[in-house]
Amino acid sequence: MMPQETGSTLEWVRIQEEDFSVEEETNRIKERSKRIGGIVTFLGTARDFSKGRDINRIDFEYYPGMAEKRLNEIRERALQDYDIIEVSIIHRVGRIETGENIVLILVGAEHRKDAFRACEWCIDELKRITPIWKREETTQGEVWVVEHP
Amino acid sequence: MITVRFFAVLKKLVGREVMHLDANDDHLTLKDVLDRLDKEIPSFRNTLREGRTLIAVNQETAQEDTLISDGDEVAFLPPFAGGQL
Repeated sequence: MMPQETGSTLEWVRIQEEDFSVEEETNRIKERSKRIGGIVTFLGTARDFSKGRDINRIDFEYYPGMAEKRLNEIRERALQDYDIIEVSIIHRVGRIETGENIVLILVGAEHRKDAFRACEWCIDELKRITPIWKREETTQGEVWVVEHP
Repeated sequence: MITVRFFAVLKKLVGREVMHLDANDDHLTLKDVLDRLDKEIPSFRNTLREGRTLIAVNQETAQEDTLISDGDEVAFLPPFAGGQL
């Protein structure tokens, strides 16, 4: 049986301009349940070089409402399909300088295997179905990024 | 009134972010909206095809036969940062 929700689903899924603290978010997951024996973290950061171009900064645009809805769907499906206890997904938007945090996915589970699998599935699904767009400002002009592995 | 939104590279390609259309027909479909936009924006359908654009109505993926009502929001979504849906 899943532990009882301690807050609204929105708290576990956020789209925001400001940076997040990986430590604080990890503690939130830890505090979710004493049954958690492992937390897998995916932290996406802004690289300074892509496809042969130097990147000065990145701008993320999103579709308010639909993007949050898709992230909530991803969280709920991960909780249904994997043997995990909690998932947190945070994505930043707006202007992000190279080296800064972009996206954080945390998956807490009793055992590591499902946490790893669920975390990988969540980031793949986020990139596949969430209406978030990335514009890189490079030394050779602006580029809208459409595909990244 | 129907609200039409364009995102990311499409905003630049069509030269606008938001448009409003009159919903003067009770049996309007997404295809009708596309036909109207094609008249107002040169090569609109070609731009959509070439850009592999996804269309959402009220934030859900839609098809050409999706019914459109007064107050609906139609959004044109180019491929996302991680690839196409």
